[in-house]
Amino acid sequence: MAPGEIFGLVGPDGAGKTTTLRLLANLLDASAGQALVAGYDVARHPDAVRDRIGYMAQRFGLYPDLTVEENMVFYADLFGIDRTERERLMPRLLEMTRMAPFMKRQAGRLSGGMKQKLALMCTLLHHPRILLLDEPTNGVDPVSRRDFWQILTGLVKDGLTVLVTTAYLDEAERCGRVGLLHNGRLIRCDTPEALKKGMEETCYEVVCEDQRRVRAALERVEGVMSVAPAGARLHMFLRPGASVGAVRERVPACAVREIVPSLEDVFIGLIRKESR
Amino acid sequence: MNRNAWRRTAAVARKEFLHILRDTRSLVLALALPLVLLLFFGYALSLDVDRIPTLVYDQDGSPQSRTLVERFRGSRFFDILGQVDGYGEIERRIDRGEVLLGVVIGDDYSSDLAQVRPAQVQLLLDGSDSNTASIALGYAESVVQLHGLELLAEARNLKAGRTRAAAVEPRLRVWYNESLESRNYIVPGLIAVILMIIASLLTSLTIAREWESGTMEQLLSTPVRPFELALGKLSAYFVLGLADTLIAIGAGTLIFGVPLRGSLLFLFATSCVFTFGALSWGILISAVTRSQLLASQVGMVTSFLPAFLLSGFVYAIENMPAVIQVVTHIVPARYFVAMLKGIFLKGVGPAVLWTELFFLAVYGVVVFAATTRKLRQKLA
Repeated sequence: MAPGEIFGLVGPDGAGKTTTLRLLANLLDASAGQALVAGYDVARHPDAVRDRIGYMAQRFGLYPDLTVEENMVFYADLFGIDRTERERLMPRLLEMTRMAPFMKRQAGRLSGGMKQKLALMCTLLHHPRILLLDEPTNGVDPVSRRDFWQILTGLVKDGLTVLVTTAYLDEAERCGRVGLLHNGRLIRCDTPEALKKGMEETCYEVVCEDQRRVRAALERVEGVMSVAPAGARLHMFLRPGASVGAVRERVPACAVREIVPSLEDVFIGLIRKESR
Repeated sequence: MNRNAWRRTAAVARKEFLHILRDTRSLVLALALPLVLLLFFGYALSLDVDRIPTLVYDQDGSPQSRTLVERFRGSRFFDILGQVDGYGEIERRIDRGEVLLGVVIGDDYSSDLAQVRPAQVQLLLDGSDSNTASIALGYAESVVQLHGLELLAEARNLKAGRTRAAAVEPRLRVWYNESLESRNYIVPGLIAVILMIIASLLTSLTIAREWESGTMEQLLSTPVRPFELALGKLSAYFVLGLADTLIAIGAGTLIFGVPLRGSLLFLFATSCVFTFGALSWGILISAVTRSQLLASQVGMVTSFLPAFLLSGFVYAIENMPAVIQVVTHIVPARYFVAMLKGIFLKGVGPAVLWTELFFLAVYGVVVFAATTRKLRQKLA
């Protein structure tokens, strides 16, 4: 990873996203290999690594019976932030996340999005250079998710490096680079644009009435690799070089047009190929 | 410890204290439980046997046999419910549990005595509660024997033409628990049992809760050291444990009137050492099980059972099989019970009790070290 980038780690459940982050945060020992964080070997310089990273676990890791302020003070103390520094930093963080009005509220009574913002603030207290965020927006409403990403973008502008895992592919599109994990292996790693361009299959959008019937019909056409529903429409992938003519003949009532695949299309395609 | 280490430990302690204060139900429970347990056990667990319900079957009906019955009637240990004319009645009422003891005086009692032959008295006991029965038997035997000795002395005096008795009369003096009330020795021991239960229960949840809620993962990513985490948590619960100690000591002396003959300060100091070990034990359980349900069950079993059964609190260690006696040496409550009884009843101090105090301290340090070690482990 390059300094100052947002790197998105995506992959199906069980691919190894959380494990990767835990290894980097030195919460797990690696059975083989070496991990370097900010230039330090995680296994050999755990303290140096710990001082430079901000790790945010997948589950809300704060105390629901403590207030926003108490949670922040607790983590500030653990990181050895002294009082003056804390009093300088906390209002800025609270302002950045627009959480100032909720300072005295118990963390358990915050909304999902606010909980994640609080967790983020707690990981930012000790000026980490690298953020490791494990599915930070899981179960958060779309507006709060956008909020959260705006904060992240702002942090990267200030020089932070962010490694984030996510199950939302629209979030992956916001990353500088994206890595796809499958069965514990990194199978692709590139910018979202390059990933989309690099897709060998051509992608078509099919607009039709009876999705189920059309899908069954398309899957039997020569050259069609797969058909997957995408909202009210179908996304169809054709083998490289295959002609779309046969498809048009088979379902004449449907509108078929070539589209730029979304990241979701790319990943579904890649994982299908891997699983084969 | 450097400044940051202190700050982290204090932060954990403060956080843990906030947990305790905000969880009102547990707080009330932690403070009320010692009182409730003390009242329950203090009143229910009485090993005193007195006013033994007794029936008398006097086949002789002579002045001599009546004198013997009067001896029973005069003792505070027996309650003569009535006289019967056969074994059937005694048997029936023992079966129903109304009577514990039947005293049967044979029809040749007075004639045997007159001819200076050993006269016989039969004692029938309900042995289904062997403990009570053997105590009752002891009392009954001593009444009969004492009476026998008096008769013997009287007879000798008559022969010698004297009028005054010259039998040896025992003058008993019991030390430390003069009135031989079981409460006096149960209540001090009870304090050990209660502290052990409360301390383990309180802390057994604390680390397990962090594992279950995912906060442990977050904590592990911070610079906080296992030692600081354990010490911080311990000190918060220590305050609660000491409050419980004071409640238990106060209730024991004020409500049950158990005499506190030793130094209150020394008592408090030993309680601190014991509480430290008991709390560490709870934290260790919590760190090992990582599940609140399992932790509370293991905590209950490993604190309550040994403290209750193997500490010598009610059941004398000397009467246990040799193997079990060896096992009792690793039960911290054993040492604390011995100290509590020593301080409360005998009024002895560190000069006598230093070995027990030493073992308690060793136990606390060992368990705390094990906890720190266990917490050093990573995820999964």
